[in-house]
Amino acid sequence: MSDNGYIVGSNLEKALKAGYFVATGELGPPQSADRREIEHKAGFLKGIVESVNITDNQTAVVRMSSISVAVMLMELGVEPNIQMTCRDRNRIAIQSDLLGAHALGCRNLLCLTGDHQTFGNHPNAKNVHDMDSISLIQMCRNMRDEKIFECGDAIKGQEPAFFIGAAANPFADPFEFRPYRLAKKANAGADFIQTQIIFNVPKFQDYMRRVVDLGAHEKTYILAGVAPIKSLGAARYMATKVPGMEVDPEYIERMRNSTKDLPSIKEIKAMDDPEEAKAARAARSKAAQTEGIQICVDIINACKEIEGVHGVHIMAIEWEEAVDSIVKACQIGPKYDPARQAT
Amino acid sequence: MIVAEQKPLEEIKAMIADAEKILILGCGTCVTVCFAGGEKEVSILASQLRMATRLDGHEKEIRELTVQRQCEYEYNELAADHVADADLVVSLACGIGVQTMNEQFPDKLTVPGLNTNGLSQPTEQGVWEERCQACGDCVLALTGGYCPVARCAKSLLNGPCGGSQRGICEVYADKETPCVWDQIYKRLEALGQLDRLMEIQPAKNWHSSRDGGQRKIVREDLRL
Repeated sequence: MSDNGYIVGSNLEKALKAGYFVATGELGPPQSADRREIEHKAGFLKGIVESVNITDNQTAVVRMSSISVAVMLMELGVEPNIQMTCRDRNRIAIQSDLLGAHALGCRNLLCLTGDHQTFGNHPNAKNVHDMDSISLIQMCRNMRDEKIFECGDAIKGQEPAFFIGAAANPFADPFEFRPYRLAKKANAGADFIQTQIIFNVPKFQDYMRRVVDLGAHEKTYILAGVAPIKSLGAARYMATKVPGMEVDPEYIERMRNSTKDLPSIKEIKAMDDPEEAKAARAARSKAAQTEGIQICVDIINACKEIEGVHGVHIMAIEWEEAVDSIVKACQIGPKYDPARQAT
Repeated sequence: MIVAEQKPLEEIKAMIADAEKILILGCGTCVTVCFAGGEKEVSILASQLRMATRLDGHEKEIRELTVQRQCEYEYNELAADHVADADLVVSLACGIGVQTMNEQFPDKLTVPGLNTNGLSQPTEQGVWEERCQACGDCVLALTGGYCPVARCAKSLLNGPCGGSQRGICEVYADKETPCVWDQIYKRLEALGQLDRLMEIQPAKNWHSSRDGGQRKIVREDLRL
């Protein structure tokens, strides 16, 4: 811990330690070497969330590296939260990258096992998995607090110090074990947790009760994962096709109802005037998006009332512009939290 | 046991293209038990190759033989005359047998007719499931007797990832392969040892696995 009482003193750590209900965002790097996309997306997140997660080749699809995007974000005035998976790097490469990330100014780090390469665009790749998320967390803590490398050798000079994060999926099985797994990550050294996207609030409440019973919420900050839904199709897809995701049927119904008073797709197809059809399509899309954002807001407001939840992690991948209206409606984050305007 | 599968016929045909006299050499141990490279499979492959080369316009001379254990010199010695007489040997043993043959008969190339698949358990008739990755540092005492190194797609050592759903692993296309961490959880629960799951396992020592390079066991007490 540094002299000022903070572990690393990142915006994220400071806001959590101050007791604010925090909001973090997420940015998926491009599948190209084009930095303009990052500048564009960062514009939607700057100043309204504490820090922005930068995924590490999410779903095992090759993208620009997390640490390099983090540097670009810092240049743009956005605090990054780099992600590190165990899929593509062994302990040598991970430690090397973390030394560099610290030297470049990164202070938040999310430790993950990583999506299996089968799901990505290089399914024939050899996976590494030299470590798993928990041994990675422990290694990062030892590098920071004990100033040792994984092998036990002393780090002579500046140690890589990060505010260490981990993921948790309250909806995966075995359900009974999931709170213990969160506690295990806290024991290994996770300073904060970001959960899988929540679309089943009662189950999350049940999960959090168990986490609180274990006292894990006092060892680590817990950010509930949320995401706005863009369309009924997207809601159905998440309900049926994404492993480890549970969607309350109520939300599917709300998405369906959001467009029920508007011309149906079939009616739009039958329209003679292409301009009229275009406008009708746009109106449907807008109505669905408005409801999708409202569902997200409702879930966040529900999370505010759950004991042990310290904030939310908003994953509006490829819909970064939605984040502002979400945090505004919920009155959270550095820009809209009234408690923070007073200071 | 070691299990293997026969290579596609086209691939085997390509390997034998330049040879006239070919010996198909089976093995009477693991690959016989898993129906990949025993006497019967040798005979079927030999017939297929005779027929295929005849249809291609030039029938090759295909001979058949199966030794008791192709990974040991003593047994292969019995095939020496056949090997000498052939232009090429197609081994229907595991990768160990193929390499033993190449070492033992350096003047003759032995090519693999099988793809060696792993160390598996026959779980039902016609099904073999991988159980051991021979990592050289067995963790089964910690994990209720189920191996996460071989059976978890990510070789996790600290519990199930977020892709475990209703006891099934998300990785496999069949959507029916069990999540081994779910199995471990249930076994440890039954044994009253769930607290084991809270022990943090540090990064594994993979040196004893293939990552330390080719492995070798030397038992001085057994050497002559």
